[in-house]
Amino acid sequence: MIGMSGGVDSSVAAALLHEQGHDVVGVTMRLWGGESDTGCCSVSDVDDARRVAQQIGIEHVVFNFSDEFNQHVVQPYVDAHQKGITPNPCIECNRHLKFERLAERADELGFDAVATGHHARIGAHRDGRLRLERGADLAKDQSYVLHMVTASGLAHTSFPIGHMTKEEVRAHASRLGLRTAMKPDSQDVCFISRADGREHFLGHRIPLRTARVVDREGTQVGEVPSVEMVTLGQRRGLGVPGGGPVRYVIGVDATSETPTVVVGDAEDLLVSSQNVHSMTWVDEPFEGEALAQTSAHGDPRPCNVVSTGTREVRIEWGLRSTRIAPGQSVVLYDPTNTWVIGGGIAERSPL
Amino acid sequence: MSSLMDVDVLSTYLDHAATTPMHPEALDAMRPWQETHFANPSGSHRAARLARQAVDEAREVIASSLGVNSGDVVFTGGGTESDNYAISGSVRSRGGLAVCSAIEHHAVLDPVQHHGGTTVAVSCDGQIDTDDLRAVLNRALSTGQEISVVSVMTVNNEVGSVNDIAEVAAIVRELAPDAWLHTDAVQAACWIDLPKITQHVDLLSLSAHKFGGPKGVGLMVVSNGATPEPILLGGGQERGRRSGTIDVAGAVGAAAALNVTTLTRTETSNRVRLLRDDLLDALLEIDGVHETVSRSVTAPGIAHICVDDLDSEALLFMLDEADVYASAASACASGAMESSHVLSAIGVADELRGGALRLSLGHSTSASEIDRAVRAITNSITSLRNRRAARKQRATCE
Repeated sequence: MIGMSGGVDSSVAAALLHEQGHDVVGVTMRLWGGESDTGCCSVSDVDDARRVAQQIGIEHVVFNFSDEFNQHVVQPYVDAHQKGITPNPCIECNRHLKFERLAERADELGFDAVATGHHARIGAHRDGRLRLERGADLAKDQSYVLHMVTASGLAHTSFPIGHMTKEEVRAHASRLGLRTAMKPDSQDVCFISRADGREHFLGHRIPLRTARVVDREGTQVGEVPSVEMVTLGQRRGLGVPGGGPVRYVIGVDATSETPTVVVGDAEDLLVSSQNVHSMTWVDEPFEGEALAQTSAHGDPRPCNVVSTGTREVRIEWGLRSTRIAPGQSVVLYDPTNTWVIGGGIAERSPL
Repeated sequence: MSSLMDVDVLSTYLDHAATTPMHPEALDAMRPWQETHFANPSGSHRAARLARQAVDEAREVIASSLGVNSGDVVFTGGGTESDNYAISGSVRSRGGLAVCSAIEHHAVLDPVQHHGGTTVAVSCDGQIDTDDLRAVLNRALSTGQEISVVSVMTVNNEVGSVNDIAEVAAIVRELAPDAWLHTDAVQAACWIDLPKITQHVDLLSLSAHKFGGPKGVGLMVVSNGATPEPILLGGGQERGRRSGTIDVAGAVGAAAALNVTTLTRTETSNRVRLLRDDLLDALLEIDGVHETVSRSVTAPGIAHICVDDLDSEALLFMLDEADVYASAASACASGAMESSHVLSAIGVADELRGGALRLSLGHSTSASEIDRAVRAITNSITSLRNRRAARKQRATCE
């Protein structure tokens, strides 16, 4: 079973599997029933996926997982903002929808594996244990958002285009005459319309609250209209008069009676360690030297991983490093920056 | 890929409520009007007059099958257009509240909601709650609100429940004598003697492809002096009620199909009812399968079941693999299954709604199809349950 989003990567992934002689069925998940113009879930994307499947010559079906999507992705996204946390909905979608709900459905229907068009590779350690590796096109690598797939999951997973560059993918799609060959990459959060934006989306679901902006001593220096929109590290739109030193958000308290945003200078943004919860391990729990990546296309930074409890670790940075917005995913790679060790979610770091 | 041409005699087609195979009589009757006699019936030359005659004769055949005057029959572009014409046309023509049952097809429900109308509750068997109908009408009238149109479907498209339109009409005539009464009879044509329905209503919608006719052809009965405002303006065809060049072949095909349907209705209904009951009896043998509404109140062609702890989508996929074509609720534009407002309105429990399956039979359904369907459904449910159990087992071991 190949998940087909209607984009070029999954189109080519489907074509490759078919060319390799696999008995493959294309599935488009219908995830979001609301308005969206930013890719995935829209009827036009389903049309693209279906047409590509027809061109390749495979069956195509649509599964409606909109309830699960709302429960595991949209609602937690809204809840997190209310708590002043910066969530990563794409990771939760992979965790709960693609590699849980879809994998479960595929298993139930007797399929051997689920394939997707992600830029990542499945490799093996010397002893044969499977591992999740970065895609060949490092600029498009998506292993970060796939870190929750465990070795036992990898055994029933396939990333057919992981060894290709994006250019090669598009060239293959053009050769086959697929209508998605030149389709732009999807960006942003798929369930939020680009025209209306995040604030509009959140404002329809939760009350947005004004917050005081204070310095480390507690003196008010500005004000923001909605604390829910503020992200750690942010430096614009804080209502702080210009002229002074650049100030960064170093703390967000969205849950108290009087929501507060704390700002500081670049130095205040640096921390020597970071706690991470909800860790999942591709293989088994790990301690020691590793590289930590803290955003989808961020540079991995050297660190030491120390276990602090069940599914909890502390990342000790080699050099003091910028704070990670709580809610963001921290993904650990081996020191050669080749394969994923595991990943979890950043805790709030004390000021 | 198995070509779409492979949908052949070995497949089991139990989706007649979605659409029916065409009656050969209809297909044959249509051909000349696409091929040689292609003229526009609104023209003034001889070729046009020939086409016009075909339309007039088709209209008469249909009127006779429906027990109405031929001047009351309007050709439209489909069941959805007819329903929209009935609801939007009535509201625009006279203002006032539009009222419909909670389990109408979206082609009625959405226009009613669009115009700020209101819905009437239904029983657990999917029939209109006449006490609630009275209450809704009384409440509106007591606040000085006029009722423009009341719409209650003859046969529900998902669960197959049949409404007593005579009883509905009696209530509407008593409480809101000025309101126009509409019925969506799209799913009724194959099973219900239509003159017994048309005599009670002012507006009635039909769709040709649901009774062995072509797609894209709808019928609307506009009688008893009802004058819904047309929703398509233009050349003033159909006495100004529906502008647009008349689809001559479509009209001829609809008439031929309705004629065959009417002539064979009793025989087909009796035969299909037996097949449907055999199908239901066999499926109810499977553990955790429930008859959604009692077959005593449903049209002969629909068997609707709900299966414990099962996803319709998964079941439909398995049946598709076995070349058994069925449906769950209505499919949305993307092709995904939508949760059913009908099952929700008749009070089917959440955990059962997920495992809904509609098997709809029609004039072409054979006993061997029913046998194949029973085998495929039994095997699919067993296989889905076994694989799920195995998965759970693995999860506990890990």
